[in-house]
Amino acid sequence: MESYSAGCVKTNIMNKENDPRPPRWAERLLGWYCKPALLEDLQGDLHEFFLRNCKSKGVRVARLTYVIDVLKFFRLYTIRKPEFLNLLIHWIMLGSYIKTSGRSIVRNKLFSAINIIGLSISMSVGLLVIAMISDLLSYDRFHANGERIFRVNTHHTDHLNRKLDLASTSVATGKKIQENFTGVEAATVLRRGFAGDAWFGDNVLSVEGLWADHRFFDIFSFDILHGDGRTALDNPYSLVLTETSARKLFGESDVVGKTMKLFSSSDTSDYTVTAVLRDVPKFSHIQFEAIGSFTTKEIIEKDNAGFGGWESVWMNYVYVLLPENGSLSAIQESLDKLCAEQNKTVERKSIALSLQSINDIAMGPDLSNPIGPTIMNIVIYVLAGLAFIVILSACFNYTNLSIARSLRRSKEVGIRKVIGAHRSHVAWQFITESVIISVAALVFAFGIFMFLRPQFLNLAPDFLKIVQLDLSGPVVAYFLLFAIFVGIVAGILPALFFARINAIQVLKNATAVKVFRKVTLRKALIVVQYTVSLMFIASTLIGFKQYKHFLAFDLGFTTANVLNIKLQRNKADVVMKKLSEIKDIEMMSRSQMVTSVGSYWGAHMRYSDPNDSINVWYNTIDENYLPLHGHKLIAGRNFTPKVSTHEESEVIVNEQVLKALNIAGHDAQKAIGEVVTLEKKKLQIVGVMKDFHYGKVDSSIEPVIFRYSNEPDGFINAKVLSDDLPATLDAIERKWKKVDRVHPLSATFYDDQIEEAYSQFSVMSKVIGFLAFLAVVISSIGLFGMVVFTTETRLKEISIRKVLGASEGVLIFVLSRGFLLLLLTAGVIALPLTYLFFEKVVLSEIVYHAPISVFDMIAAVMIILVVALMMIGSQTLKAAKTNPAQVLKAE
Amino acid sequence: MKGTNLGEFEELVLLTIAGLVSDAYSVAICDELEKYTGRSVKLGVVHAVLNRLEEKGLVKSKMGEATSVRGGKRKRYYSVTSAGKASMLKAKELRDQLWSLIPQVALKRIS
Repeated sequence: MESYSAGCVKTNIMNKENDPRPPRWAERLLGWYCKPALLEDLQGDLHEFFLRNCKSKGVRVARLTYVIDVLKFFRLYTIRKPEFLNLLIHWIMLGSYIKTSGRSIVRNKLFSAINIIGLSISMSVGLLVIAMISDLLSYDRFHANGERIFRVNTHHTDHLNRKLDLASTSVATGKKIQENFTGVEAATVLRRGFAGDAWFGDNVLSVEGLWADHRFFDIFSFDILHGDGRTALDNPYSLVLTETSARKLFGESDVVGKTMKLFSSSDTSDYTVTAVLRDVPKFSHIQFEAIGSFTTKEIIEKDNAGFGGWESVWMNYVYVLLPENGSLSAIQESLDKLCAEQNKTVERKSIALSLQSINDIAMGPDLSNPIGPTIMNIVIYVLAGLAFIVILSACFNYTNLSIARSLRRSKEVGIRKVIGAHRSHVAWQFITESVIISVAALVFAFGIFMFLRPQFLNLAPDFLKIVQLDLSGPVVAYFLLFAIFVGIVAGILPALFFARINAIQVLKNATAVKVFRKVTLRKALIVVQYTVSLMFIASTLIGFKQYKHFLAFDLGFTTANVLNIKLQRNKADVVMKKLSEIKDIEMMSRSQMVTSVGSYWGAHMRYSDPNDSINVWYNTIDENYLPLHGHKLIAGRNFTPKVSTHEESEVIVNEQVLKALNIAGHDAQKAIGEVVTLEKKKLQIVGVMKDFHYGKVDSSIEPVIFRYSNEPDGFINAKVLSDDLPATLDAIERKWKKVDRVHPLSATFYDDQIEEAYSQFSVMSKVIGFLAFLAVVISSIGLFGMVVFTTETRLKEISIRKVLGASEGVLIFVLSRGFLLLLLTAGVIALPLTYLFFEKVVLSEIVYHAPISVFDMIAAVMIILVVALMMIGSQTLKAAKTNPAQVLKAE
Repeated sequence: MKGTNLGEFEELVLLTIAGLVSDAYSVAICDELEKYTGRSVKLGVVHAVLNRLEEKGLVKSKMGEATSVRGGKRKRYYSVTSAGKASMLKAKELRDQLWSLIPQVALKRIS
């Protein structure tokens, strides 16, 4: 019946080719959704109306009406019901599908192996991403009211119109919300920087945590083991401990009411423990060992006018709890109003506030001043995207090999169709087969995943803090769903291809199947695979070179053999005196911070114009710092030693300062003796130094100054010249123990610190390098499969050529020509793309980047070519060497 | 059963099918109804009603011969079944009975 009516349509089209026709897609849509029983009549009716409308209203209107009518006929009684019988047949046939699929997998061991290997190694990366996303999504789910908790984020715009998005906000915001806002059930203010050494008797414990006000436990659901959460943080000098820290300090967990002494950088006081909590869950974005009551902090900071100010948005966090059915937009409106009001009180900057659900924080956008470590959501997206590309590449292998080998399966499909299989049955059969393969691959992928997991977690210190990649019921379910999805993606094209095979043609003459009609598709897939592989390899090479470039970069001073020892609130003089007994330490200096590794200390500096202040980065140093680090002075002199009571009076600036403040016409010699104002102090420029990289080398050099203090309290910089480094470090550690028995020594070589500062690049190149490796392996085994297949099918041709006198070299050329052409095409596409991507997107962000060398690009191509040539060469050589008599005899 | 009672539009469609005799297919029914009722009749509505009548067993249908006029698609011709005839008659009877109940005087009084 179907073919009969189809024939009619065809003759009609041929007869009246110039007749107007309704839109093709609308006709198809109707055919797709409409019940077969109603379809023909409906099509006819609509067509009749269409022709009528053509005459009366014109073709355009008629076509539009047709489309509208087709959409209007989409009703309950017209739509096709899923055919129960069909589903039943699928179910009954499932056994047969599995059986034939199993046989086919076993029969073609090589191709099955290629598919399973490719899918499993690519899927292992997918599993990693799934486990990671699953971890991030399970963050902060333990709060009973999690759906109603929101954090107030700040959007800060400074006087130079630079925008900064912060997770932190001001104390003032929290107070205003608590006092004035309606529609908020509770709000709490948190502050970073609660840290110090807690003493109880002779026990000492270094604790880190937060300051939090009395509403903390009204909002968050941390388990309270002892004490009362409602009153725990009411009074000054109250302290909430976690179980572990309580046990460490007191030896037991029920310690409510006990007091301990806390030494911190700002004060020393007795605190009373008011509550003990179960340890903070790993998947909480707020982490702490102890919480001090916020009222304490307010007492400590009572003389600091800026503490509660609208502008100090850097250290505090405000969380609000909405009432049930509360309106987010109403609060946002109130926040906007608050900002408009308060922004009038500050000059040349503006602050905006917004709300972020606590459930979105772990995988949210990148915000500065996070309360704990976070992974940027962009990192996850990029990782997922790259994993997807690699998996797709493995799916291409499956598609390619299945279609290429369709000749062998087509008879089976033909017979199935003759017996009565519908198109959809055949399609399902092949989807089932690919799903079986992908589930088999999942088993191997899981093994690889377990192996990769520790490697990945140790890749970056932050990963270990943030994710666990543990297996749980849902995660395993996701894995399985993922495998099924991959199977469907891999199998969809072969399934459609087989479903369309014409049974009569196949059974009459198997070679009649137009396998090679799909050649362009297959070629395209190979080119895509190799393009991806090449881009990965080139990116790895470029990225790694960039990383090396950063490490070897001339910062403008020497870092070799400099050991930076963190003072940890010890007296510098005492430590230095002890250390000076070690003969391998050649020289020592003191500094407030370590430059060039991504830390910044900023201040505002003014010259003659009182209104024109600039932001300068500074480091406070002693008189030995400059010579020890080999900073070069262009003019003037180093600091001279002064007594500790001496008022700060001198400053050394870099060339950028002269430019930015326009001092003495940028002339270094003349600038000596000029006076600048810094934090209301008048300082005389005693020296001008050559520019050096205070920040990281991905940003440009900005104005930097050195200030003098004979006891900066951050670090001791020790120049170590030793033949036996471990012994020297051991000696340093022993000396340290004598001074400070509480804190372990924290000493790192400057070069190692720099390496760590650029670790993101090393992590990036490792991850991309690994993916590149996978991509190359996958595309290579795919190519290998294709080569094996082609040489097998062309064996007879090769034999005849050989009999007619072709040499082995010629044969290899003939066989590999096509593949090489594909590889070259991939190269032509991939290299310019990679180059443009790095040149325009990645490296343009980095000020002092290494140039992209043509060598890297060529190296990438060479790597691919060598691997591919080995694949092609081995197989073609095998084919070329076969005895033609053996092959031709078989006919 | 959904009830053998006829809706107003269903009755009209049924009558039209009976009236058109051997030429009763959807578009013709549509046109005929438009002609007599004077209101615009949507094809979709007619289709839905035909579908419902067939479900109720009041009409039956068969496919006609293919012609070149409808894009080669065959028409579905409808005819009234005996059940359809019965319910048509029943509807008419009901109306007649009700009419007969109305006293002439009362009718005249309504202006």
